[in-house]
Amino acid sequence: MPASWSGRVAIVGAYESPRRRAPGVHPFAIQAECARGALADAGLEMTDVDGLATAASFPAEGAREMAVAEVAEYLGIHPRWVDGTDIGGAAPISHAGHAVAAIAAGLAEVVLVTYAACGYSWPYGAPDYLTYAHGPGQWELPYGPSTVATYALAARRHMHDYGTTAEDLAAIAVQCRANAAANPDARYSAPISVDDVLASPVIADPLHRLDCCVVTDSGGAFVLTSARHARSMSARPAYVLGFGEALGQVSMNQMWPFTATAAAASGARAFRAAGMRPAEIDCAQLYDSFTITVLLALEDLGFCAKGEGGKFASAGELASGGRLPINTDGGGLSSNHPGRRGALAVVEAVRQLRGTSPGVRLDRPRTALVHGMGGSLSTSATLILGA
Amino acid sequence: MPDAPGLPPLADQFSRRYWNLAREGTLLIQRCRECGRYQFYPRGHCAACFAPDPEWVPASGRGRLHTYTTIQRTPNAEFAADCPYVLAIIELDEGPRMTARIIGKADDIACERRVHAVFTAAGTADVLPNFALASG
Repeated sequence: MPASWSGRVAIVGAYESPRRRAPGVHPFAIQAECARGALADAGLEMTDVDGLATAASFPAEGAREMAVAEVAEYLGIHPRWVDGTDIGGAAPISHAGHAVAAIAAGLAEVVLVTYAACGYSWPYGAPDYLTYAHGPGQWELPYGPSTVATYALAARRHMHDYGTTAEDLAAIAVQCRANAAANPDARYSAPISVDDVLASPVIADPLHRLDCCVVTDSGGAFVLTSARHARSMSARPAYVLGFGEALGQVSMNQMWPFTATAAAASGARAFRAAGMRPAEIDCAQLYDSFTITVLLALEDLGFCAKGEGGKFASAGELASGGRLPINTDGGGLSSNHPGRRGALAVVEAVRQLRGTSPGVRLDRPRTALVHGMGGSLSTSATLILGA
Repeated sequence: MPDAPGLPPLADQFSRRYWNLAREGTLLIQRCRECGRYQFYPRGHCAACFAPDPEWVPASGRGRLHTYTTIQRTPNAEFAADCPYVLAIIELDEGPRMTARIIGKADDIACERRVHAVFTAAGTADVLPNFALASG
Protein backbone atom coordinates (compact mmCIF):
# COMPACT_ATOMS: atom_id res chain seq x y z
CA MET A 1 0.00 0.00 0.00
CA PRO A 2 1.74 3.21 -1.14
CA ALA A 3 2.08 6.16 1.23
CA SER A 4 -0.70 8.77 1.12
CA TRP A 5 1.63 11.22 -0.63
CA SER A 6 2.98 8.76 -3.21
CA GLY A 7 2.40 10.12 -6.71
CA ARG A 8 0.93 13.42 -5.49
CA VAL A 9 4.00 15.52 -6.38
CA ALA A 10 6.01 15.60 -9.60
CA ILE A 11 9.25 17.00 -10.96
CA VAL A 12 8.29 19.26 -13.85
CA GLY A 13 11.56 21.00 -14.63
CA ALA A 14 15.17 19.81 -14.66
CA TYR A 15 18.47 21.28 -15.76
CA GLU A 16 22.15 20.37 -15.52
CA SER A 17 24.79 22.97 -16.29
CA PRO A 18 26.99 21.98 -19.25
CA ARG A 19 29.94 23.59 -17.45
CA ARG A 20 32.72 21.44 -16.12
CA ARG A 21 35.37 24.13 -15.68
CA ALA A 22 34.43 27.66 -14.56
CA PRO A 23 37.50 29.49 -13.23
CA GLY A 24 36.69 32.91 -11.89
CA VAL A 25 32.95 32.19 -11.69
CA HIS A 26 31.27 32.32 -8.28
CA PRO A 27 29.12 29.22 -7.59
CA PHE A 28 26.08 31.43 -6.90
CA ALA A 29 26.15 32.47 -10.56
CA ILE A 30 25.93 28.79 -11.51
CA GLN A 31 23.06 28.39 -9.02
CA ALA A 32 21.22 31.16 -10.89
CA GLU A 33 22.00 29.58 -14.26
CA CYS A 34 20.60 26.25 -13.05
CA ALA A 35 17.51 27.85 -11.49
CA ARG A 36 16.80 29.66 -14.76
CA GLY A 37 17.26 26.46 -16.74
CA ALA A 38 15.01 24.32 -14.56
CA LEU A 39 12.25 26.94 -14.42
CA ALA A 40 12.38 27.48 -18.20
CA ASP A 41 12.08 23.73 -18.67
CA ALA A 42 8.82 23.87 -16.68
CA GLY A 43 7.60 27.04 -18.38
CA LEU A 44 7.75 28.89 -15.07
CA GLU A 45 9.12 32.23 -13.89
CA MET A 46 11.19 32.90 -10.79
CA THR A 47 8.16 34.73 -9.38
CA ASP A 48 6.25 31.42 -9.38
CA VAL A 49 8.69 29.87 -6.88
CA ASP A 50 7.40 29.78 -3.31
CA GLY A 51 9.75 27.13 -1.90
CA LEU A 52 13.54 26.91 -2.06
CA ALA A 53 15.97 24.22 -1.00
CA THR A 54 19.73 24.21 -1.33
CA ALA A 55 22.89 23.22 0.52
CA ALA A 56 25.86 25.45 -0.22
CA SER A 57 28.12 25.74 2.82
CA PHE A 58 31.00 23.52 1.70
CA PRO A 59 33.88 25.85 0.84
CA ALA A 60 33.60 25.50 -2.97
CA GLU A 61 29.86 26.23 -2.79
CA GLY A 62 30.39 29.80 -1.69
CA ALA A 63 28.00 30.17 1.26
CA ARG A 64 28.32 29.79 5.00
CA GLU A 65 25.93 28.32 7.54
CA MET A 66 22.82 30.19 6.32
CA ALA A 67 23.32 28.91 2.81
CA VAL A 68 19.64 28.77 1.80
CA ALA A 69 19.13 32.38 2.92
CA GLU A 70 22.23 33.52 1.04
CA VAL A 71 21.09 31.80 -2.15
CA ALA A 72 17.51 33.14 -1.82
CA GLU A 73 18.92 36.65 -1.48
CA TYR A 74 21.15 36.17 -4.52
CA LEU A 75 18.25 34.85 -6.60
CA GLY A 76 16.08 37.69 -5.33
CA ILE A 77 13.25 35.63 -3.88
CA HIS A 78 11.48 35.37 -0.53
CA PRO A 79 10.09 31.83 -0.40
CA ARG A 80 7.48 30.83 2.18
CA TRP A 81 9.05 27.39 2.63
CA VAL A 82 12.79 26.69 2.84
CA ASP A 83 15.04 23.69 3.45
CA GLY A 84 18.78 23.84 4.03
CA THR A 85 19.27 20.26 5.18
CA ASP A 86 22.93 19.40 4.77
CA ILE A 87 23.67 15.69 4.63
CA GLY A 88 26.53 15.91 2.16
CA GLY A 89 26.12 14.73 -1.41
CA ALA A 90 22.74 13.20 -0.62
CA ALA A 91 21.31 16.60 0.39
CA PRO A 92 19.55 17.52 -2.89
CA ILE A 93 17.76 14.15 -2.87
CA SER A 94 16.75 14.76 0.72
CA HIS A 95 15.49 18.21 -0.34
CA ALA A 96 13.31 16.55 -2.98
CA GLY A 97 11.69 14.30 -0.39
CA HIS A 98 11.13 17.17 2.03
CA ALA A 99 9.62 19.23 -0.80
CA VAL A 100 7.13 16.44 -1.48
CA ALA A 101 5.98 16.60 2.13
CA ALA A 102 5.74 20.39 2.00
CA ILE A 103 3.74 20.42 -1.23
CA ALA A 104 1.45 17.61 -0.07
CA ALA A 105 0.83 19.57 3.15
CA GLY A 106 0.10 22.81 1.30
CA LEU A 107 3.14 24.65 2.64
CA ALA A 108 4.43 25.37 -0.87
CA GLU A 109 3.26 24.90 -4.46
CA VAL A 110 6.39 25.35 -6.59
CA VAL A 111 9.66 24.23 -4.97
CA LEU A 112 13.02 24.93 -6.57
CA VAL A 113 15.89 22.65 -5.52
CA THR A 114 19.16 24.06 -6.75
CA TYR A 115 22.84 23.23 -6.37
CA ALA A 116 26.21 24.42 -7.64
CA ALA A 117 29.87 24.26 -6.69
CA CYS A 118 33.26 25.09 -8.15
CA GLY A 119 34.90 21.94 -6.88
CA TYR A 120 37.76 22.23 -9.35
CA SER A 121 38.51 25.93 -9.55
CA TRP A 122 37.66 27.24 -6.09
CA PRO A 123 40.70 29.33 -5.19
CA TYR A 124 40.30 29.73 -1.44
CA GLY A 125 41.20 26.31 -0.13
CA ALA A 126 38.95 23.44 0.87
CA PRO A 127 40.33 20.98 3.43
CA ASP A 128 39.19 17.42 2.82
CA TYR A 129 37.78 16.92 6.33
CA LEU A 130 34.24 16.42 7.56
CA THR A 131 35.05 17.30 11.19
CA TYR A 132 37.38 19.34 13.36
CA ALA A 133 40.20 18.16 15.62
CA HIS A 134 37.94 18.82 18.62
CA GLY A 135 34.87 16.93 19.80
CA PRO A 136 34.35 13.54 18.11
CA GLY A 137 36.79 14.47 15.34
CA GLN A 138 39.74 14.62 17.73
CA TRP A 139 39.90 10.81 17.73
CA GLU A 140 40.04 10.56 13.95
CA LEU A 141 41.25 13.68 12.19
CA PRO A 142 44.75 13.88 13.74
CA TYR A 143 45.49 10.42 12.31
CA GLY A 144 45.17 11.86 8.81
CA PRO A 145 42.02 10.57 7.08
CA SER A 146 40.87 11.81 3.68
CA THR A 147 37.56 11.26 1.94
CA VAL A 148 39.04 8.66 -0.42
CA ALA A 149 40.69 6.89 2.50
CA THR A 150 37.44 6.50 4.43
CA TYR A 151 35.81 4.82 1.43
CA ALA A 152 38.94 2.71 0.95
CA LEU A 153 38.49 1.39 4.50
CA ALA A 154 35.04 0.12 3.55
CA ALA A 155 36.28 -1.33 0.26
CA ARG A 156 39.08 -3.23 2.02
CA ARG A 157 36.70 -4.78 4.53
CA HIS A 158 34.23 -5.73 1.79
CA MET A 159 37.04 -7.52 -0.02
CA HIS A 160 37.94 -9.36 3.19
CA ASP A 161 34.38 -10.41 4.03
CA TYR A 162 33.09 -11.24 0.55
CA GLY A 163 36.03 -11.74 -1.77
CA THR A 164 35.23 -8.63 -3.78
CA THR A 165 38.10 -7.74 -6.10
CA ALA A 166 39.67 -4.58 -7.48
CA GLU A 167 38.43 -5.81 -10.89
CA ASP A 168 34.84 -5.87 -9.60
CA LEU A 169 35.14 -2.26 -8.47
CA ALA A 170 36.82 -1.27 -11.74
CA ALA A 171 33.90 -2.73 -13.70
CA ILE A 172 31.70 0.01 -12.23
CA ALA A 173 34.05 2.78 -13.42
CA VAL A 174 34.27 1.14 -16.86
CA GLN A 175 30.48 1.06 -17.17
CA CYS A 176 30.07 4.71 -16.19
CA ARG A 177 32.71 5.70 -18.74
CA ALA A 178 30.93 3.72 -21.44
CA ASN A 179 27.71 5.55 -20.57
CA ALA A 180 29.50 8.90 -20.93
CA ALA A 181 30.59 8.16 -24.51
CA ALA A 182 27.60 9.87 -26.11
CA ASN A 183 27.33 12.69 -23.56
CA PRO A 184 28.85 15.83 -25.13
CA ASP A 185 29.19 17.52 -21.74
CA ALA A 186 30.83 14.61 -19.88
CA ARG A 187 34.15 15.48 -18.26
CA TYR A 188 35.64 12.28 -19.70
CA SER A 189 34.14 10.20 -22.48
CA ALA A 190 36.96 8.11 -23.97
CA PRO A 191 36.41 4.43 -23.17
CA ILE A 192 38.48 2.79 -20.43
CA SER A 193 39.11 -0.85 -19.53
CA VAL A 194 39.39 -2.65 -16.23
CA ASP A 195 43.16 -2.73 -16.81
CA ASP A 196 43.18 1.06 -17.24
CA VAL A 197 41.52 1.47 -13.85
CA LEU A 198 43.96 -0.90 -12.18
CA ALA A 199 46.91 0.84 -13.86
CA SER A 200 45.86 4.30 -12.66
CA PRO A 201 47.70 5.55 -9.56
CA VAL A 202 46.65 4.16 -6.20
CA ILE A 203 45.27 6.98 -4.04
CA ALA A 204 44.36 4.97 -0.94
CA ASP A 205 44.47 1.23 -1.51
CA PRO A 206 42.45 -0.53 -2.80
CA LEU A 207 41.08 2.56 -4.58
CA HIS A 208 42.79 3.93 -7.69
CA ARG A 209 42.39 7.33 -9.28
CA LEU A 210 39.85 5.91 -11.75
CA ASP A 211 37.82 4.51 -8.83
CA CYS A 212 37.24 8.16 -7.85
CA CYS A 213 34.72 10.64 -9.25
CA VAL A 214 35.73 13.57 -11.41
CA VAL A 215 35.95 17.02 -9.81
CA THR A 216 34.13 19.75 -11.71
CA ASP A 217 32.68 23.26 -11.55
CA SER A 218 28.98 22.83 -12.28
CA GLY A 219 25.51 22.52 -10.88
CA GLY A 220 21.95 21.41 -11.42
CA ALA A 221 18.41 22.22 -10.39
CA PHE A 222 14.90 20.81 -10.53
CA VAL A 223 11.37 22.02 -9.83
CA LEU A 224 8.63 20.14 -8.01
CA THR A 225 4.92 20.89 -7.88
CA SER A 226 1.65 19.15 -7.10
CA ALA A 227 0.50 16.44 -9.50
CA ARG A 228 -2.67 18.49 -9.96
CA HIS A 229 -0.70 21.27 -11.71
CA ALA A 230 2.12 19.17 -13.14
CA ARG A 231 0.55 18.43 -16.50
CA SER A 232 0.16 22.11 -17.30
CA MET A 233 3.92 22.61 -16.85
CA SER A 234 5.44 19.49 -18.35
CA ALA A 235 4.45 17.02 -21.04
CA ARG A 236 6.31 14.34 -19.07
CA PRO A 237 6.13 14.92 -15.32
CA ALA A 238 8.25 12.57 -13.20
CA TYR A 239 6.05 11.60 -10.27
CA VAL A 240 7.64 11.05 -6.86
CA LEU A 241 6.48 7.58 -5.85
CA GLY A 242 8.75 6.95 -2.89
CA PHE A 243 11.32 8.59 -0.65
CA GLY A 244 13.37 7.66 2.39
CA GLU A 245 16.40 9.03 4.20
CA ALA A 246 18.67 7.71 6.92
CA LEU A 247 21.78 8.57 8.91
CA GLY A 248 24.77 6.34 9.54
CA GLN A 249 27.95 7.69 11.14
CA VAL A 250 30.40 10.49 10.49
CA SER A 251 33.46 9.11 12.33
CA MET A 252 34.60 5.90 10.64
CA ASN A 253 35.32 4.33 14.04
CA GLN A 254 31.55 4.47 14.65
CA MET A 255 30.58 2.59 11.45
CA TRP A 256 28.85 -0.65 12.32
CA PRO A 257 28.85 -2.96 10.45
CA PHE A 258 31.55 -1.80 8.09
CA THR A 259 30.13 -3.27 4.90
CA ALA A 260 26.59 -1.95 5.14
CA THR A 261 25.33 1.62 5.00
CA ALA A 262 22.33 3.77 5.83
CA ALA A 263 21.12 2.98 2.30
CA ALA A 264 19.54 -0.19 3.66
CA ALA A 265 17.19 1.94 5.77
CA SER A 266 16.60 4.78 3.29
CA GLY A 267 15.97 2.30 0.49
CA ALA A 268 13.53 0.21 2.51
CA ARG A 269 11.65 3.38 3.46
CA ALA A 270 11.47 4.54 -0.16
CA PHE A 271 10.28 1.17 -1.44
CA ARG A 272 7.67 0.93 1.33
CA ALA A 273 6.36 4.41 0.53
CA ALA A 274 6.11 3.55 -3.17
CA GLY A 275 4.63 0.10 -2.52
CA MET A 276 7.30 -1.31 -4.85
CA ARG A 277 10.13 -3.85 -4.93
CA PRO A 278 13.66 -3.48 -6.36
CA ALA A 279 12.70 -5.71 -9.32
CA GLU A 280 10.21 -3.04 -10.42
CA ILE A 281 12.95 -0.41 -10.93
CA ASP A 282 13.89 0.06 -14.60
CA CYS A 283 17.04 2.17 -14.06
CA ALA A 284 18.96 3.81 -11.25
CA GLN A 285 21.20 6.78 -10.63
CA LEU A 286 23.41 5.57 -7.80
CA TYR A 287 25.77 7.96 -6.08
CA ASP A 288 29.22 7.27 -7.47
CA SER A 289 31.66 9.33 -5.47
CA PHE A 290 33.77 6.16 -5.64
CA THR A 291 33.20 2.76 -7.17
CA ILE A 292 32.69 1.20 -3.73
CA THR A 293 29.84 3.65 -3.08
CA VAL A 294 27.90 2.10 -5.98
CA LEU A 295 28.71 -1.45 -4.95
CA LEU A 296 27.45 -0.95 -1.40
CA ALA A 297 24.28 0.75 -2.67
CA LEU A 298 23.48 -2.13 -5.03
CA GLU A 299 23.50 -4.48 -2.05
CA ASP A 300 21.93 -2.22 0.56
CA LEU A 301 19.06 -1.16 -1.72
CA GLY A 302 18.27 -4.81 -2.42
CA PHE A 303 19.25 -5.08 -6.10
CA CYS A 304 21.48 -8.03 -5.14
CA ALA A 305 22.34 -9.89 -1.95
CA LYS A 306 24.91 -8.58 0.52
CA GLY A 307 28.33 -9.57 -0.76
CA GLU A 308 27.15 -10.09 -4.36
CA GLY A 309 27.67 -6.50 -5.58
CA GLY A 310 31.04 -7.25 -7.13
CA LYS A 311 29.73 -10.19 -9.13
CA PHE A 312 26.66 -8.16 -10.16
CA ALA A 313 28.88 -5.41 -11.58
CA SER A 314 31.42 -7.72 -13.20
CA ALA A 315 28.64 -9.71 -14.89
CA GLY A 316 27.52 -6.60 -16.79
CA GLU A 317 24.23 -6.18 -14.95
CA LEU A 318 24.78 -2.39 -14.79
CA ALA A 319 24.83 -2.00 -18.57
CA SER A 320 21.81 -0.91 -20.61
CA GLY A 321 20.94 -4.54 -21.33
CA GLY A 322 21.53 -5.67 -17.75
CA ARG A 323 19.22 -6.05 -14.79
CA LEU A 324 19.84 -2.51 -13.52
CA PRO A 325 21.25 0.13 -15.88
CA ILE A 326 22.89 2.84 -13.77
CA ASN A 327 24.37 6.32 -14.15
CA THR A 328 23.30 6.56 -17.75
CA ASP A 329 24.90 9.98 -18.34
CA GLY A 330 28.31 8.81 -17.13
CA GLY A 331 27.60 9.62 -13.48
CA GLY A 332 30.02 11.30 -11.15
CA LEU A 333 32.75 8.88 -12.15
CA SER A 334 32.91 10.21 -15.72
CA SER A 335 30.48 13.08 -16.35
CA ASN A 336 29.99 15.55 -13.52
CA HIS A 337 30.69 15.81 -9.81
CA PRO A 338 31.03 19.41 -8.60
CA GLY A 339 30.58 18.48 -4.94
CA ARG A 340 27.16 16.97 -4.29
CA ARG A 341 26.15 14.70 -7.12
CA GLY A 342 22.60 14.27 -5.77
CA ALA A 343 21.06 17.14 -7.76
CA LEU A 344 22.54 15.87 -11.01
CA ALA A 345 21.44 12.31 -10.30
CA VAL A 346 17.83 13.54 -9.97
CA VAL A 347 18.15 15.49 -13.23
CA GLU A 348 19.44 12.44 -15.10
CA ALA A 349 16.65 10.24 -13.70
CA VAL A 350 14.08 12.74 -15.00
CA ARG A 351 15.81 12.91 -18.40
CA GLN A 352 15.83 9.13 -18.60
CA LEU A 353 12.08 8.93 -17.91
CA ARG A 354 11.52 11.58 -20.60
CA GLY A 355 13.78 9.87 -23.14
CA THR A 356 16.18 12.83 -23.23
CA SER A 357 19.31 11.52 -21.51
CA PRO A 358 22.50 12.91 -23.09
CA GLY A 359 24.16 9.54 -22.46
CA VAL A 360 22.60 6.11 -22.88
CA ARG A 361 18.88 6.30 -23.71
CA LEU A 362 17.06 3.28 -22.37
CA ASP A 363 13.97 1.86 -24.04
CA ARG A 364 11.10 3.75 -22.41
CA PRO A 365 11.86 3.17 -18.71
CA ARG A 366 8.80 3.65 -16.50
CA THR A 367 10.54 3.86 -13.12
CA ALA A 368 13.84 5.32 -11.94
CA LEU A 369 15.53 5.18 -8.55
CA VAL A 370 17.86 7.94 -7.39
CA HIS A 371 20.16 7.23 -4.50
CA GLY A 372 22.47 9.62 -2.67
CA MET A 373 25.26 8.84 -0.23
CA GLY A 374 26.90 11.72 1.61
CA GLY A 375 29.99 12.25 3.71
CA SER A 376 32.05 9.17 4.51
CA LEU A 377 29.27 6.66 3.79
CA SER A 378 27.51 8.76 6.41
CA THR A 379 24.10 9.73 5.09
CA SER A 380 21.61 8.34 2.65
CA ALA A 381 18.57 9.51 0.69
CA THR A 382 16.59 7.45 -1.83
CA LEU A 383 13.96 8.70 -4.27
CA ILE A 384 11.75 6.61 -6.55
CA LEU A 385 10.31 8.33 -9.63
CA GLY A 386 7.71 7.11 -12.10
CA ALA A 387 6.77 8.31 -15.56
CA MET B 1 38.11 27.22 6.01
CA PRO B 2 37.99 25.52 9.41
CA ASP B 3 38.13 27.70 12.48
CA ALA B 4 40.61 25.34 14.12
CA PRO B 5 43.57 23.69 12.41
CA GLY B 6 43.45 19.97 11.73
CA LEU B 7 46.15 19.13 14.23
CA PRO B 8 46.78 18.21 16.95
CA PRO B 9 43.75 16.92 18.94
CA LEU B 10 42.14 19.68 21.01
CA ALA B 11 41.31 18.38 24.49
CA ASP B 12 38.07 19.09 26.33
CA GLN B 13 36.57 18.05 29.67
CA PHE B 14 36.07 14.46 28.50
CA SER B 15 39.26 14.01 26.55
CA ARG B 16 41.94 15.77 28.59
CA ARG B 17 42.43 12.78 30.86
CA TYR B 18 42.46 10.41 27.88
CA TRP B 19 45.19 12.28 26.03
CA ASN B 20 47.27 12.87 29.17
CA LEU B 21 47.24 9.17 30.09
CA ALA B 22 47.89 8.13 26.49
CA ARG B 23 51.12 10.06 26.63
CA GLU B 24 52.00 8.06 29.77
CA GLY B 25 51.30 4.74 28.04
CA THR B 26 47.72 3.97 29.12
CA LEU B 27 44.77 3.54 26.75
CA LEU B 28 41.50 4.51 28.43
CA ILE B 29 38.06 3.56 27.24
CA GLN B 30 34.67 3.93 28.92
CA ARG B 31 32.16 1.44 30.34
CA CYS B 32 28.52 2.21 31.00
CA ARG B 33 27.50 1.98 34.66
CA GLU B 34 23.98 0.90 33.62
CA CYS B 35 24.26 -1.48 30.66
CA GLY B 36 27.92 -2.42 31.07
CA ARG B 37 28.87 -1.71 27.46
CA TYR B 38 32.31 -0.48 26.60
CA GLN B 39 32.54 2.49 24.28
CA PHE B 40 34.99 4.53 22.28
CA TYR B 41 35.24 7.49 21.63
CA PRO B 42 34.72 8.92 25.11
CA ARG B 43 31.74 11.11 25.90
CA GLY B 44 29.55 12.08 28.84
CA HIS B 45 26.96 9.37 28.36
CA CYS B 46 26.56 5.83 27.04
CA ALA B 47 25.83 5.93 23.30
CA ALA B 48 23.90 2.64 23.59
CA CYS B 49 21.47 3.50 26.43
CA PHE B 50 22.16 7.21 27.11
CA ALA B 51 22.87 6.57 30.79
CA PRO B 52 25.05 9.41 32.12
CA ASP B 53 28.63 9.43 33.35
CA PRO B 54 30.23 6.20 32.09
CA GLU B 55 33.27 5.07 34.06
CA TRP B 56 36.78 5.19 32.67
CA VAL B 57 38.65 1.90 32.51
CA PRO B 58 42.06 0.97 31.15
CA ALA B 59 41.82 -1.04 27.93
CA SER B 60 43.92 -4.10 27.23
CA GLY B 61 45.41 -2.34 24.22
CA ARG B 62 44.93 -5.56 22.26
CA GLY B 63 42.62 -6.19 19.39
CA ARG B 64 42.24 -7.04 15.72
CA LEU B 65 42.76 -4.99 12.59
CA HIS B 66 39.22 -4.50 11.33
CA THR B 67 40.20 -2.66 8.16
CA TYR B 68 42.97 -0.43 6.83
CA THR B 69 44.19 1.56 3.85
CA THR B 70 47.62 2.70 2.81
CA ILE B 71 47.28 6.34 1.87
CA GLN B 72 49.59 7.10 -1.05
CA ARG B 73 48.26 10.57 -1.84
CA THR B 74 46.17 13.02 0.15
CA PRO B 75 44.54 16.33 -0.73
CA ASN B 76 45.27 17.50 2.83
CA ALA B 77 48.60 19.27 2.52
CA GLU B 78 49.36 18.97 6.23
CA PHE B 79 49.55 15.17 5.91
CA ALA B 80 51.23 14.97 2.51
CA ALA B 81 54.69 14.57 4.03
CA ASP B 82 53.47 11.46 5.91
CA CYS B 83 52.61 9.53 2.71
CA PRO B 84 52.54 6.64 2.42
CA TYR B 85 50.98 5.77 5.78
CA VAL B 86 48.54 3.14 7.00
CA LEU B 87 45.24 4.41 8.42
CA ALA B 88 43.37 1.72 10.31
CA ILE B 89 40.21 0.86 12.23
CA ILE B 90 41.11 -1.28 15.24
CA GLU B 91 38.55 -3.47 17.00
CA LEU B 92 39.64 -3.68 20.61
CA ASP B 93 39.16 -6.98 22.46
CA GLU B 94 36.70 -5.12 24.71
CA GLY B 95 34.51 -4.43 21.64
CA PRO B 96 34.78 -0.78 20.64
CA ARG B 97 36.58 0.37 17.52
CA MET B 98 39.09 3.19 17.21
CA THR B 99 41.04 4.99 14.53
CA ALA B 100 44.84 4.82 14.55
CA ARG B 101 47.82 4.35 12.32
CA ILE B 102 49.63 1.05 11.93
CA ILE B 103 53.30 1.64 12.54
CA GLY B 104 56.27 -0.68 12.15
CA LYS B 105 56.55 -3.69 9.89
CA ALA B 106 53.39 -4.19 7.82
CA ASP B 107 54.44 -6.28 4.79
CA ASP B 108 51.91 -8.99 5.62
CA ILE B 109 49.12 -6.69 6.79
CA ALA B 110 45.59 -8.10 6.50
CA CYS B 111 42.18 -7.63 8.05
CA GLU B 112 41.72 -9.54 11.32
CA ARG B 113 45.46 -9.60 12.12
CA ARG B 114 46.12 -9.27 15.86
CA VAL B 115 47.40 -5.84 16.85
CA HIS B 116 48.55 -4.13 20.02
CA ALA B 117 48.73 -0.50 21.08
CA VAL B 118 52.06 1.26 20.85
CA PHE B 119 52.50 4.54 22.63
CA THR B 120 54.66 6.04 19.95
CA ALA B 121 53.52 9.19 18.25
CA ALA B 122 53.19 9.06 14.49
CA GLY B 123 52.65 11.49 11.68
CA THR B 124 52.50 15.22 11.38
CA ALA B 125 49.96 15.46 14.20
CA ASP B 126 52.33 13.66 16.59
CA VAL B 127 49.34 11.69 17.85
CA LEU B 128 49.21 8.50 19.90
CA PRO B 129 48.37 5.74 20.65
CA ASN B 130 48.99 3.87 17.43
CA PHE B 131 49.01 0.14 16.78
CA ALA B 132 51.46 -2.48 15.52
CA LEU B 133 50.86 -5.91 14.04
CA ALA B 134 51.49 -8.71 16.53
CA SER B 135 54.34 -10.94 15.37
CA GLY B 136 53.59 -14.41 14.02
